[in-house]
Parts: sequence; structure tokens; C-alpha cells
Amino acid sequence: MSDQKTKSTKTEEKANGIPKPTSPNSDLKLDYSSFWNYSDAPESSDKVVIEDTYNHFINGEFVEPEKGRRFASVNPATEEVLSQFAEGTSEDVDKAVKAARKAYKNVWSKMPGRERGKYIFRIARMIQERSRELAIIESMDGGKPIRESRDVDIPLVAAHFFYYAGWADKLEYAFPGRKPEPLGVCGQIIPWNFPMLMLAWKIAPALATGNTVVLKPAETTPLTALRFAEICRDAGLPDGVVNIVTGAGQTGSEIVNHPDVNKVAFTGSTQVGKIIQKSLAGTDKKFTLELGGKGANIIFEDASIDQAVEGVVNAIFFNQGHVCCAGSRLIVQEGISDRFIQKLKDRMETLIVGDPLDKNTDIGAINSKEQYERIKTYLDLGGKEGAVMHQSSCDLPQNGYFCRPTIFTNVSQSNRIVQEEIFGPVLTIQTFRTPDEAVQKANNSPYGLSGGIWTDKGSKIFNTGQQVRAGVMWTNTFNKFDPTSPFGGYKESGVGREGGLHGLYPYVNLV
Amino acid sequence: MSTVSIPDFNQTIPIDSVGVEERVARLNKRSIKTESKLQGLKLALSMIDHTTLEGSDSEGKVIQLCKKARLPYAPMPDLPTVAAVCVYPNMVATAKKALEGTDVNVASVATAFPSGMAQLHIKLDDTRYAVAEGADEIDMVISRGEFLKGNYSFIFDEIAAVKEACGNAHLKVILESGELETYENVRKASDIAMYAGADFIKTSTGKIQPAATQPVTLVMLEAIRDFYRETGIKVGMKPAGGIRKAKEALQYLVLVKETLGADWLNKDLFRFGASSLTNDLLMQIIKQETGIYQSNIYFSND
Repeated sequence: MSDQKTKSTKTEEKANGIPKPTSPNSDLKLDYSSFWNYSDAPESSDKVVIEDTYNHFINGEFVEPEKGRRFASVNPATEEVLSQFAEGTSEDVDKAVKAARKAYKNVWSKMPGRERGKYIFRIARMIQERSRELAIIESMDGGKPIRESRDVDIPLVAAHFFYYAGWADKLEYAFPGRKPEPLGVCGQIIPWNFPMLMLAWKIAPALATGNTVVLKPAETTPLTALRFAEICRDAGLPDGVVNIVTGAGQTGSEIVNHPDVNKVAFTGSTQVGKIIQKSLAGTDKKFTLELGGKGANIIFEDASIDQAVEGVVNAIFFNQGHVCCAGSRLIVQEGISDRFIQKLKDRMETLIVGDPLDKNTDIGAINSKEQYERIKTYLDLGGKEGAVMHQSSCDLPQNGYFCRPTIFTNVSQSNRIVQEEIFGPVLTIQTFRTPDEAVQKANNSPYGLSGGIWTDKGSKIFNTGQQVRAGVMWTNTFNKFDPTSPFGGYKESGVGREGGLHGLYPYVNLV
Repeated sequence: MSTVSIPDFNQTIPIDSVGVEERVARLNKRSIKTESKLQGLKLALSMIDHTTLEGSDSEGKVIQLCKKARLPYAPMPDLPTVAAVCVYPNMVATAKKALEGTDVNVASVATAFPSGMAQLHIKLDDTRYAVAEGADEIDMVISRGEFLKGNYSFIFDEIAAVKEACGNAHLKVILESGELETYENVRKASDIAMYAGADFIKTSTGKIQPAATQPVTLVMLEAIRDFYRETGIKVGMKPAGGIRKAKEALQYLVLVKETLGADWLNKDLFRFGASSLTNDLLMQIIKQETGIYQSNIYFSND
């Protein structure tokens, strides 16, 4: 008790030692856990069959890897091996690219858009039909809560295929006065944070514009991509139009460097993005890169505070913070910062961390051991940099990679935890006094993928919004996605746009 | 005791309606199963203000209602009783007598319920009469016309006066959110009521549509939370009108749990103003206990 007391007085003091006026009851605690806790409500995975081994999907069939090499993917919530996957070598990639080239030449590029659209519509419907199964697999393989895979990921996947299916026979209207021609074979490499959604972002526009695809899912989350391969087969999609090669970074590099690939689409880290861009220099391959981010969420004092707190939670704790466009930097106006942080801490206490398959789970498992270690490094680093860490008091499961929702206060722009992408449920909180200062802090980053503005005043939204250099600005909300809306980054957050009409450009040559 | 400074009610606290409704939608996704469901259902039953507010009410009807309140379902005598019976002032004495020896409270609407269109002295007399008849709790209505005019000090003074007239009886202040229309108005009326001395704030009379909604309730719960942080005083919440299903009741409890926490999950700080909710809760409790759904013909309608 006395311990508590000293602690609270300490935080109330300003740097100069003069106590700061605070509300008389700032030490009041709201008790969110002592009564009426929810019983387990797990989504049953009984009906979902996961094979012991999986192969590549090349030319319409599942084929063994040429060299016979395998790697395992684990369920990050239990640390148990889910299945063994084929490791793609240059031989596998070459086979896939050849199949894609053949399908492109003989079938897909010649097919009228209306016919291509039919296949894509069929795929979209089959995704909807199998949505429950796909959501469960996504949660088992990647650790994301079933609430999100069920309500966000898979519905958006279907929406993307529906949306681009609609474009397939209307491309001439997308580019008035120009004739769009497909590029050929697209090599696509996707990350582990939204495995199926990133697949949809890549494959749907490629197919709609008449390209064929060789896609590599991330090595920790290949399962839904192989389920998608089954859907392509069951939909009767012509052989070789979609090829899935599993593997890690080396496999990806084989795809990027394959001479018969016409376009590379990559979503992942800025570090790998730079390597890809270097290796593509001097080739005529088109490319889009969707890379890291360190999104700034600016809260003005005239914002609706309780809703803004909720928005901050959605911005940084959505998908365990494994979101390239996460709002990982909170920049809040000084006058409301204490109250805001108090409310955010209260809200964090109600976040349920645990079994991704439980319908009440808010924050699931960190995707992999590697990422878990990486986040831990940053948590330690924050302390060393003089930041004050606060975590929610929730229990964590015994096994699996779990991280409590975390905020850092007392941080500076020069700190690495403010500058670098952590890709976990970790938020840094800074304050500002004038709109200029807010914008300056938001822009002081090598990244520029997303940002948020919270105010009740419309003119402030537009005024501030146009000054923040970020590909996506959300106002009074965060992390909202729609297939009709383009998405992409400024600066080191990437090149090119995906989604919407803009998402067609990277997949066509305009004649 | 710390002094409480009263905020300027002419200032509006912004509330983002999209955000409020999204938050409610997300809370509605909580899956309440097995033990927590049964616990929640029983808790909800214990929080009901079993209500009859009809012009056609008679002593006989009120006595019948009170019997149900004392013993909601005879085959299961261990179930909790409801929290209170809510009637018009002239039925308070009857209800009080019928509930003798139980800890079921008698709540009375007052202050020219439901419109509140009367002079202050009449409202105060109405309140004093109900208290003298034995009411433990008074449910007053605010003067919505004055509120919408912007006459906030009128509302404040009126509530403070009624609170004084209540003496030891608990005061619930009905905002009639359906007539206030915006969440910002609901927030403002909540703040005025709490600073003026309300023990509970309540959404609706049940006579106006829409009555209680979950977004309105969330806005009020957040106001209660801010008031608690500011003053250290715990004010109760009562959504009333239109809550008929056990599932909705559980959703309301989730709102309370995740906004205010465990301290508010009892009848001293949370109530449901409802009449038909009782039977649906009973049906669901029996289903949880026995695994079998009973037809509604086995439950008394009071």
C-alpha cells in the first residue's frame, strides 16, 4: 500500500520537481477482474482437417518439392507443430514460373475479361462458403484472435475478390482512352500478419487484369494459402494461373530473381524491401513494395475522448500490433494527456489476452518465437532509454508466445522505440502543444504509411491531415479497410498502391 | 472531504456517435457461456426493478406483482428476488405492505411522471408523498423542455430540490434519452444529474420510443466513470424500457463490467427497469440449470 503511494506521488511530479495539479481521485482504481469473468468460449476446431505434410501447388496440382526439403509451422499459441511444408528451391520456383507462363500464354491472357471475372467471382463465393474453416485455420496458424479472423480478415478477403472480379470486364473504363495489357507472370511474396488477406490483395487484382501468379506465403503462416490453392482447384481455375510455392526468404529471393517474372509484389519489412529493390535495379520488372510503418495517432483536446481511447486500442492492439499501418505512436495534446493515459490504462485492463480460438480473446499469440524475442528486446530497450513502461495486469497462458498490451510514456523522439517499427502490442506516447508540433512529430519518421487524427472539428481534420505525410489517414477511427480504397506508403513505407482502382495500375501496361 | 467543483454545463463534451455504436457492437460480441451465463442471468434477475406504471393499475395488480417479486419462480425458491418493485405514488403503501419482511425495495416514480410538466412545488409534494408512503427509492423525470431550451441551471436546481425532498430515499433521475436525441445531450444531462445529487441515472420512462438503448447506456456509464474519477462518488445506472430478452440483459451487464468494473455489478449500483424481462431470465436460468427449455405458459405474467 505504502509502495503504491510513493509511486503515485512520483508520477505526479514534473521534471522540475514542482507537483503537477491532478484530480484528487487519480489514484482510484476500477476493478475489472474480481467478479463475473467470462467462461471459456472456444471456437471448435474439430471439423478442421490439417494434414501432416503439405506440398507446393503448381500447375493445378499439389506436387512434392524437388529436393524433398521440409520445414515445420507451429501454432504460436501452443508451440505445437501444426504441419510440415515443402521448402521451395530454385527448381520448384522455376517449375512454378514455367507453369504460370504457359497458363498466361495459352489461356489466361487470351480469355475475355468477362470469363476471367466469372472465375474470380466463383473464388470469392467459395471463400465465403468456407469462411469459418479459413478463419479457424488463420487463427491456429498465425495466432490472431478468432474474433478478428472471423469478422475482419476473411470477410475482407472475400470482399477483395468480389471487388476485383467486378473490374475484370471493365478495365477499359478504368483507364479511359488507354488500352490496358497484362504484364505476364507476377511473383508475389506476402507476410505473416494477415496471411490470407495479403494473398487476396495480391492475387485478386493480378487475376482480374489477366496476369498469372506465383505466390509465396510466409514461412510461419502458409496454411491458408494452401487452402486457397484447394479453392482455386475446386473452382476449376485453369491450371497454372495460380501457383503457390512455400518456403522462407531464400525461396522468395528465387522468385524475385527469376528472369521470367514480369512483376514483383512484396509486402513485408523495409529491410527486405530494400534488398528486393536493389536486386530489381537494372531489370524491366515492375514492382510494388508495401513495407513497414510507425503510424502516428494525433489526439487533439477537443476529440471525443472515450471514443479516441477505443480508437487507440484498435490502432495498436489490433492483431497483436502486427500491423504495418498500426498506430504505434500516440501523440496527444498535453492538456488532456494525463486523463487520456488514465483512460487508456483502464481500457487495457479489460483486454483479454489468451487462446486465439476463444471468442472472447482480444489479443492472441505473437506470431512466432522470433517475433516474440524481437518485441522483448524492444521492451528491454525502452527501459534502458529511460521510458516508463506500463503493461496491463492480465494473466498470460502457460505455453505459447504472448505479450501483454504495453505502453511507454516519458519517451523522446530520439528513442529507438519511437523511431523503429516494433510490430507488437507496444505503444509509445508523446505529447504536443500546438498543431504544428503534432505534425512535425508525426512526420519525423522514415516511415509514412498511416496516421490518425482525432478531433471534433472538421476543418482541423483537413488542415492537419494534408500536412501529415502518410499514405492512409484515418480520422476519428483507425485500421479501417475496404477493397475500394487504395493503400500504400510514403518514404520507406513503400512504393505503389494496392486496392481500389489504383491497385490495378501495377498489374497493367497502358498502351 | 474534498470540494467538488461543478463544471460549466454550457460546455459540450463531444461524443462520437459512430465510435459509441462501434464500441457497443464490439462488446456485443462477448460470448457468455456456461457458468458465466448462469451467473449473469441470476445477477440480472437480482437487479430488476419489476415495474407496473399503467393508468389501469389497481391494488390487486400491485399485490400480484409484489408476490412475483418476492418469489420469482416458486419451483426454484433459491433464486434471488428482484431488487425493487416500481409503482406510481398512490400504490406505494400497498406495495410496501405486500413486500414486508423482504429486502425488496419499493421504488416510486414521482415529479409528475412521465412528462414532468408541472410546477416545482407540485413535483416536490409528489415526491414527499411517495416517501411518506414508504418509498425507498424515487424515480424522478427531468424537465426535458427546459433542458432543450438550454436552461441547464433550472434542471440542476430542480434535481437538487427533489433530492432534498427525498430525505433518505434514493433518487434516480430519468433523463428520457429518447427526447434528448443526441448522445451529447445525454452526456450533459447525466453530468447535471450527478452533480446535482442523483444516486442513480436512468435512461427512460418507458413511455417514449426509443427507450433504453445500449449506446445511450454506454454514454451514461462513461459519464458515471468520469464522475467517479472526479469526485470519488459511485453513481448507479438504470436502463429502462424495451429490455425484454435475457440475452440483451447480459449484453448490458457486459457494458457495465467493461466500463465500470465489478463494483457496479450489483443491485446497489445497477438496475434494469423492466417487466417482461423477468420471465425471459427465468426461462433461460431453467434452461441452464436443467438443460430443457420450458414453454412460456409455465410462467406467471404479472
